[in-house]
Amino acid sequence: MSATLPEPAVATTIRTPIGEFWRRFRRQRVALIAGLIILLIILAAVFAPFVAPFEPATPDYDNILEGSSALHWLGTDAYGRDVLSRIIWGGRVSLMVGFLSVALGAGVGVAIGLISGFFGGWVDGVLMRLMDVLLAFPGIILAIGVVALLGPGIDNVIYAIAVFSVPVFSRLVRGSTLALKQTLYVQAARSIGVKAPLLMLRHILPGAMPGVIVYASLRLGTSILTAASLSFIGLGARPPSAEWGAMLSDGRSYLGVADHLTIFPGLAIFVIVLAFNLFGDGLRDALDQKLR
Amino acid sequence: MLAYLIRRLAGTIPVLVAVSIFVFGFVHALPGDPARLEAGPEASPADIEAIRKDMGLDGPIWQQYLRWADNTLHGKLGRSTKTRQQVAAVIGERFLPTLWLTLVAMAWSTVAGIGIGVFSGIRRGRWQDRAGMVLAISGVSFPGFWLGLLMIDLFSVRLGWLPTSGYGTWQHFVMPAFCLGIGVAAVMARFTRSAFVEVSQEDYVRTARMKGVSDSAVAWKHTLRNALIPVITLTGLQFGFLLGGAIVIETVFSWPGLGRLLVDSVSFRDYPVIQAEIMLFSLEFVLINLLVDLLYAAANPEIRLK
Repeated sequence: MSATLPEPAVATTIRTPIGEFWRRFRRQRVALIAGLIILLIILAAVFAPFVAPFEPATPDYDNILEGSSALHWLGTDAYGRDVLSRIIWGGRVSLMVGFLSVALGAGVGVAIGLISGFFGGWVDGVLMRLMDVLLAFPGIILAIGVVALLGPGIDNVIYAIAVFSVPVFSRLVRGSTLALKQTLYVQAARSIGVKAPLLMLRHILPGAMPGVIVYASLRLGTSILTAASLSFIGLGARPPSAEWGAMLSDGRSYLGVADHLTIFPGLAIFVIVLAFNLFGDGLRDALDQKLR
Repeated sequence: MLAYLIRRLAGTIPVLVAVSIFVFGFVHALPGDPARLEAGPEASPADIEAIRKDMGLDGPIWQQYLRWADNTLHGKLGRSTKTRQQVAAVIGERFLPTLWLTLVAMAWSTVAGIGIGVFSGIRRGRWQDRAGMVLAISGVSFPGFWLGLLMIDLFSVRLGWLPTSGYGTWQHFVMPAFCLGIGVAAVMARFTRSAFVEVSQEDYVRTARMKGVSDSAVAWKHTLRNALIPVITLTGLQFGFLLGGAIVIETVFSWPGLGRLLVDSVSFRDYPVIQAEIMLFSLEFVLINLLVDLLYAAANPEIRLK
């Protein structure tokens, strides 16, 4: 890892960890395509004002519940709003919820895992029992509990999803920390007097990162799906919002009349979740041979 | 085995106590005074005090907790703020539909998931394996509630084969149980496949093959048996996933179960019901995992005898 030991003089090209990762990841065709799709969706969401053909919230009562046409590619909803534009704008909400909740959950989880694994003893005992309690609530129920406490709304959904990501990350990082603590380079760093915080952040954390990255990618899919589910049952983003789950909850009333209101937002959720899952699978195969 | 059983049971109790403190603390963290809420807008301060006492909300917090825990253990869960009914009665009514739905979903998804996983494992690297795994990763990523809406559209609205919602006959179960189980089936398939592939590289499988045991006997008797041990553990976790999924799926199909009750309660801020439900869901989840661990120990002597 970061410690540079003298290499035996063999005539092989020395690869950097990133180079080695890229060499392996490049072979994961499916994951590459998934990554490309994710990138496209992110770009479309970021540049929504330029990409979306219509305003997402402007009604047009002359064209309500229309199917696909040259003008409205994915049709219009009950207020005549362009479905494609709403999906593009809604991507902002879904991606934001996904990234923020995973970043928050991973941040807290990684910190807990590092501390727990590094210090061991009663600190480890207390923290891990706390994580056990969080894991004793089935994921989405914990999220609903948090929403019930804080009130419905998309920002509270972010906290809710972050809370149930924490134990997963902390367990993962604790496991790697326990293993890495015993490695020669960490022992060596400790023996020359490197202080605990630096030891954790500089020497142990990088070793634990591959697992965190893989999990974060898989978790992104789950988080987006959970957020959409919460919005669908009315506890997340509320209907005027173009969040995909909220759009589905809207479109539900027009089943059999205007199916495109159900088909396309759901397809958007499916595609992004699938892309994150495939990407995460590819990352796992490229980063960690053991997890295969 | 008995020693293990006792140890494992003893380990469950602190978790349940912690969960109950969590759930109790949850209602106390809420803004507003439950006694005032219960009393209604026209109650006098004396009335509110009486109700507070009646609800067990007087005295130091640890006393309140102990009283609440005692009441909960005796099934006294208070009244719903919305309907004024006893919470225990409301939940009792909704319990069976959810239990049946999750059991049916669990049953089909376990059988299908393990089946697809083994099939893919046997045909590893061939197109059948790829097809199985594409199906599995799509299943993991499929929003169950979206599938529900699409199925309602096709089978109820267009073809008129199945009822859109409700509870009662087997037809009512088809779509909700299918949508609820699809994610679990997919996870099971992926996990079974990798467990199967791992076991099939073990020495004893090679030995069996070498001494001329037929392919199907190797697959079913030598490999699957051992591959299924880790799969048992997964079943417990997946059950929690099903309980969560039921909340959304019940909303799609207007299923008269606990999930829809929870969603309604959250919208109405019916805290006694929310509290009882979250406690019940966690209890169920913890118990299922206990059961699974015991099954696991029964199947795997290494754990039992440690």
